[in-house]
Amino acid sequence: MQRVGVFICWCGTNISNTVNIDEVMTAVENMPGVAYSKDYQYMCSEIGQNLVKDTIKEHNLNRIVVASCSPRMHESTFRKAAEAAGLNPYLLEIANIREHCSWVHKDKEAATQKAISLTRAAVAKAILNDELIPGEVGVERRALVIGGGIAGIQTALDIADAGYEVDLVEKTPSIGGKMAQLDKTFPTLDCSACILTPKMVDASMSSKINLYTYSEVEEVSGFVGNFEVAIRQKARSVDMEKCTGCGICLAKCPIKTALSEFEEGLSNRPAIYTPFPQAVPNVPVIDRETCMKFRTGRCGVCEKVCPTKAVDYDQKDQILNKKYGAIIVTTGYDLIDLDYFGEYQYMDHPDVITGLEFERLVNAAGPTGGKLIRPSDKKKPKKVVFIQCVGSRDKSDRGKSYCSKICCMYTAKHAMLLKDKYPDSEAYVFYIDVRTAGKGFEEFQRRAVENYGVNYIKGMVGKIFPTNNKLQVNGVDSLSGEILQIDADMVVLAAATKAKPEADDVARMLSISTDSDSFFSEAHPKLRPVETHCAGIYLAGACQGPKDIPETVAQASAAAVKAIGVLSKSKLVNNPCVSEVDKSICSGCLACADMCPYEAISEKIVEEKANGKIVGRRVAEVNETLCQGCGGCTVTCRPGAIDLKGFSNKQILAEVDAICR
Amino acid sequence: MSVVASSTSVKNVEEFEPLIVAFCCNWCSYAGADLAGTSRLNYPANIKIIRVPCSCRVNSNFVLRAFQRGADGVIVAGCHPGDCHYMTGNYYTRRRFSLLKNLLEYVGIEEARFKVDWISASEGNKFAYVMNDVLEKVHKLGPNRKLRDSRWKR
Repeated sequence: MQRVGVFICWCGTNISNTVNIDEVMTAVENMPGVAYSKDYQYMCSEIGQNLVKDTIKEHNLNRIVVASCSPRMHESTFRKAAEAAGLNPYLLEIANIREHCSWVHKDKEAATQKAISLTRAAVAKAILNDELIPGEVGVERRALVIGGGIAGIQTALDIADAGYEVDLVEKTPSIGGKMAQLDKTFPTLDCSACILTPKMVDASMSSKINLYTYSEVEEVSGFVGNFEVAIRQKARSVDMEKCTGCGICLAKCPIKTALSEFEEGLSNRPAIYTPFPQAVPNVPVIDRETCMKFRTGRCGVCEKVCPTKAVDYDQKDQILNKKYGAIIVTTGYDLIDLDYFGEYQYMDHPDVITGLEFERLVNAAGPTGGKLIRPSDKKKPKKVVFIQCVGSRDKSDRGKSYCSKICCMYTAKHAMLLKDKYPDSEAYVFYIDVRTAGKGFEEFQRRAVENYGVNYIKGMVGKIFPTNNKLQVNGVDSLSGEILQIDADMVVLAAATKAKPEADDVARMLSISTDSDSFFSEAHPKLRPVETHCAGIYLAGACQGPKDIPETVAQASAAAVKAIGVLSKSKLVNNPCVSEVDKSICSGCLACADMCPYEAISEKIVEEKANGKIVGRRVAEVNETLCQGCGGCTVTCRPGAIDLKGFSNKQILAEVDAICR
Repeated sequence: MSVVASSTSVKNVEEFEPLIVAFCCNWCSYAGADLAGTSRLNYPANIKIIRVPCSCRVNSNFVLRAFQRGADGVIVAGCHPGDCHYMTGNYYTRRRFSLLKNLLEYVGIEEARFKVDWISASEGNKFAYVMNDVLEKVHKLGPNRKLRDSRWKR
């Protein structure tokens, strides 16, 4: 006999304001199977949980329904409470009367009736709940970090620090990411390379970290604790073991005209190159598309000059198959394309640059050796206009509706760097709003205005006209209503950040979700900021949303801790809500095996007696460690032999019936 | 055909309160419904959600049973094609329910009463929009009589 206990949460006033708790209580008492019911203000609090535990024992309850917030929020909380009271945690059901009821309905009567209906469905389902016992599965105690920017480096260092092996996969020839391209960092103005390169070296020196640069993750399967990953190590054409990083090949390469990706196209690089002198690993890569040897078959200079014979034109892409317990995604961001922002002349005029290009122009190791000059005529700029929110907070199709978060601060920084270099220059910043939320940020921006005399103009730029060596910037000061014309020598655009173009593919490969801007979605915006909905996969850095360096590093360490949480366990419990085959009904057609995305169903021969003889009969069998519990096979099954534990046909039909009362 | 339906109509169209059962996959649409909740987006209380792990868990039987037991509309919502948490589940959903749609049409259930849609965890707005939209259409159609089990009292 099922004895259901129903606990109704008020959630302070979140539920009780729109749902008449007394009316629900009366209705619940009359539901079949309900032995006990109780309401309380905060069921998830310690008192509330103790109330659940105590009444389970006191009233000998064997099924529990909690009518409260979403099961995605507190199902695990109440399962633990049930378990503490000696009940199998899977005998508990949640009726979602907050997110799906009290928060979306205004009419109290309708909301109350709906709450009753949802609770009735949960009771009907709970009555049919079975005790489920999760299986155990071993953990591969090694982590994979995808993306070698500051987020990936920090995560890898933290995991290695805890004593676990980490593989760091980076697409480009060197780790370092966007931070390596930056000159100074706000709000302290310390040099980006000085704080990043030691970390890059630490990562390459650590015995626990394996760097796979110039490599990409190609395939991911498996589940938390046991991911199987294929990594494509692209052919570098240089033997990593033999190369000493002397750099002779770079100097001797006859091709000098390829645009440097690292320098944002502001300078050229040879066909055999390291992205920047401090690259880790300091091993060059041959860009096969520009290399003469690969295009025409003639040349081979680098092979001849290499003192260690490290150049290898026959190197092939290699696929490495590895197993991991946890994956951290730190793939970073890009700036948006400015093709559709014709009014700013970015595509047409060399002196209109992006913030990232400005970083390279002021950097001592950059294409100009730190001399800030106009790309067009190499002259010092006297007047520089900075335009913020180029594409950020822009609801039109060409822009992004979100705030890119970092631009206000780096524009202030750029203006200060300009003034530091040329104190007699003028800096104008066009802004919509200046957003300086962050430690020391407001003080930093005020310094730009008060000490450096940067002119901040609230308003947008309408159009830029290139006239006699100058850029005529036409804008509006929206505070005074004045129309401004500034003859600038240089314009710096704070282009919006965007998710990497391959983010959607990465999400698909990992079965994690993205938001509408292709940033990866965290499991809960407030309470689970580095987890994804796929257990064992974590996020850090700007791939989850625009972020500055301090936030990225904080998130990277948080993701590392979450991954270490998985790696430190010797066994993980499985989701027990898996498919189950009733072998007596199974016809052995194995249609289920064909549709299973996890290859969790295989054939099995069962022996049975027929006409006095023992004969073998083919049936399907579910591997419970591989099954992820989607339940697709249950519908595919022709004789209806497969059912999904925890979401059985009977349970769902009982819910339908209960709702349709 | 419709003579029977109109003569047995018990409720007035004015006071007609449709019942709509929505099957939502745990990873996208259920989360989308949660987001609609946390964003306080309104949709009518006539919609009652049943959580399933994946939209491919929804058997056509469940849909038919809902109509049989008096639902006036049924919604199946899952992750966007290509974004399924279980990789390929919603492709099966799409195929299975395009078949069921034909059957329902054959039985005489109006097209607007059964909707399969893709709502991601970030689309709280779309969730509320789809729910309002289906409800509005079902409201215009009036109570569903087809397939209904007359012994079942709603």
